Amino acid sequence: MSLLAIKNLSVEIHGNPILRDVSLDVAPGEIVAVTGESGSGKSMTALAIMQLLPQGSEMSGAVMLDGKDLGQTSEAEMCAIRGNDVGMIFQEPMTALNPVQTIGDQVAETILIHEDLPRAQALSRARDMLDRVGLDAENFPLSRYPHELSGGQRQRVVIAMAIVLRPKLLIADEPTTALDVTTQATILDLLKELVSEFGMGLLMITHDLAVVAGMADRIVVMRTGEVVETGPTQSLFQNMQHPYTRMLMEASDHKATLPPHANKDPEPLLQVVNVSRDYRLPRTSVIARQKMFRAVDDVSFTLKKGARAGLVGESGCGKSTLTRAILGLEDIQEGQILLDGEPVFSGNKANLLVRRKMQVVFQDPFGSFNPRHRVDRLVSEPLHLLSERPSQSERTSAIAEALIAVGLQPEDAQKYIHEFSGGQRQRVAIARALIIKPDLIVFDEAVSALDVSIRAQILDLLAELCEQYSLTYLFISHDLSVVRSITEQVFVMQSGKIVEQGETETVFTNPSHPYTQQLIAAAPKLPEIGAQQKGPKNVAS
Amino acid sequence: MLRYTLKRALSLIISLAVASLVIFFVIEVAPGDPASYMLGINAQPDTIAALRTELGLDVSKTQRYLNWVGGMLHGDFGTSYTYRTPISEMVADRMWVSLPLAAFALVLSTVIAFPAGIYAASRRGKAGDVVLMGATQLGVAIPNFWFAMMMVLIFAINLRWFSAGGFPGWDEGFWLGIKSLTLPAISLALPQAAILARVMRSSLLDMLGEDFMRSARAKGLSRRQALWRHALRNALIPVLTIIGLQFSFLLAGGIIIEQVFFLPGLGRLVFQSISQRDLIVVESVVMLLVFSVIVVNFAVDLAYAAVDPRLRSRS
Repeated sequence: MSLLAIKNLSVEIHGNPILRDVSLDVAPGEIVAVTGESGSGKSMTALAIMQLLPQGSEMSGAVMLDGKDLGQTSEAEMCAIRGNDVGMIFQEPMTALNPVQTIGDQVAETILIHEDLPRAQALSRARDMLDRVGLDAENFPLSRYPHELSGGQRQRVVIAMAIVLRPKLLIADEPTTALDVTTQATILDLLKELVSEFGMGLLMITHDLAVVAGMADRIVVMRTGEVVETGPTQSLFQNMQHPYTRMLMEASDHKATLPPHANKDPEPLLQVVNVSRDYRLPRTSVIARQKMFRAVDDVSFTLKKGARAGLVGESGCGKSTLTRAILGLEDIQEGQILLDGEPVFSGNKANLLVRRKMQVVFQDPFGSFNPRHRVDRLVSEPLHLLSERPSQSERTSAIAEALIAVGLQPEDAQKYIHEFSGGQRQRVAIARALIIKPDLIVFDEAVSALDVSIRAQILDLLAELCEQYSLTYLFISHDLSVVRSITEQVFVMQSGKIVEQGETETVFTNPSHPYTQQLIAAAPKLPEIGAQQKGPKNVAS
Repeated sequence: MLRYTLKRALSLIISLAVASLVIFFVIEVAPGDPASYMLGINAQPDTIAALRTELGLDVSKTQRYLNWVGGMLHGDFGTSYTYRTPISEMVADRMWVSLPLAAFALVLSTVIAFPAGIYAASRRGKAGDVVLMGATQLGVAIPNFWFAMMMVLIFAINLRWFSAGGFPGWDEGFWLGIKSLTLPAISLALPQAAILARVMRSSLLDMLGEDFMRSARAKGLSRRQALWRHALRNALIPVLTIIGLQFSFLLAGGIIIEQVFFLPGLGRLVFQSISQRDLIVVESVVMLLVFSVIVVNFAVDLAYAAVDPRLRSRS
């Protein structure tokens, strides 16, 4: 008998159907991955199992855990089941822990809720479990607070908290999405080990098909609240039935076709010469010497006109700092940054003459627009950088041209930003960058918040725009596969330094620096569609 | 933690020094010579000069500032120009009314606000929440002297449980003192409690939406347990800020309530001293109020650190 059996689960929230007839099973010791894009209902499925659906939800169908229907279980009994029989871990390790309690207390609390034990005993069991998840007593005493740990370490605490009572079922909702690739790899390995060691069932929710391929025994693909396809990982990848699954797979591995370069011998556009950027660290006392942190350390590179370059690195490597310096938003301590031979930062402020030749597209399509402005005002904002104000009719036609270029309609200019989906918002952001026909566009994690199918469309759009506008861009991302698909030249950054640079394909197929090798090895890989595989566990080696 | 405390203590001392300078010079530049004011319009110039010498007004400003601060450091606040009595005695009497009144009001306000805020947050959007929040809306809108008058009408005139005003002094017995401060304290506390309850509720609601609350529920805590064990302590930080501000307000801002209830408090002393150009009393009382505000802020800073480990390790 399976450990978890969901049959015809439907959920409505205030009358809106969220889940429709979802059925899935998890056996002990099995890893089942639920995958799909945002709005597919995968997280709601997890919350329905935990009976932690938002207020106003109506649930029908059966959620059987070990033969007990959780839908018919009282709230008091559910409290006894949560944490004891089912554990759950969440996406955001930075906020999943209570900031004012020690990690020891938080892990021990799970034990104390369910078992009548002296606190000291609970703490010693918490200690054992923290050891097991890789946080040793010497470096991570129970008295540590969450803010003293990194994201990956916090996720280990969250895992310890969820499994300290050895639940039969563990639900992991995007457990590694917020983590760097190398950290992601170690956390995924840890989860796999724990599943086989404890014989737990693991229901893993993730949007990342490459992670799924490397982890799961079986896959459940969801779309808009319904299960569209399900099957063992190996056979599902070999033989996809549903067009949506196929589309997801293709979009995850999408490679944009970049047009050939018009100019065979371009001049340099952006020159970054021996640039260093220091930050002041908070003073430890009034008399102590000011300590500095070098976020960018002696970085040099050149982008020629028409370059399609990528910058990759993990969080904290200095890529955002470098981006801000290139955009002239902050001064640098050493070296110089020139665009077309002019410094980007001069006289204590961004050099306006240069600034109008650069635009940027940010990650968050929700936070990077003023919600009270219409699209025409948002898109035409960069026009104020020009020395001559365009006339009203020039402005209108420039807006229309930019919107058409990104695949929107000129009529969209009258709408507000909340009327657009995430992918469309990112198109508006690109239109805003294009409107003054900049020489250089910086894409700062510009597709990281998007679903794979939307991401593929935006990457295609960029490739088209390359042809139309002969763009030069610097594409900054932590996601190696995206950088690989949209750039021809790549810089790999680690602790403030560029450790490797070269042609994208060469760097990816034959990395020379150990850090690049480590990054590429850690990144989960998609299997070929329809290719023969020995087994799912071998894919993410 | 020790380091944090020392740092906060250092900043306390600097604040006090700056405050004393500002108070002294602002009040000194105000027009009006206390000596001529005290002697009336027809006084002879040499009489005024003699009085100025007696009051210590004839030395330089810097010297007077130093004398003033130096005196305060060993408890000598100088002599009132009007009453010719040591200020420390005048202030001490008043302090024994104002300080207990403020503390009493603060305790009441907290005791009312915490349960109300917690209850409203835990029943968000339900009848209990709506009724309570409506009541706090009224509490914020109605001025405290109106409450005071209603209190007097109901509890002093109709029910005759309390006296309508005055303060017998602590020598007459502790409970008698508390009794005469009860109506003023309630009047002061109600609007403050309304504000504090709203802050408590919204701060708790913010916390209830946090990811770690979901983690707490996933561990097996009930909604209620999760609120008490995880949300409350996190929600306290903004609440502590408001409590700190309220104490300062209650100490210095009780003047209207002191008038309504005929209480011999600090507010009335300042009011009288200003109208009599008794500058040295004004300076001293204001300095004392500033001192208490800064000390309360210091205590709030320490309370922050006790609640939030992130502040402890930042220094």
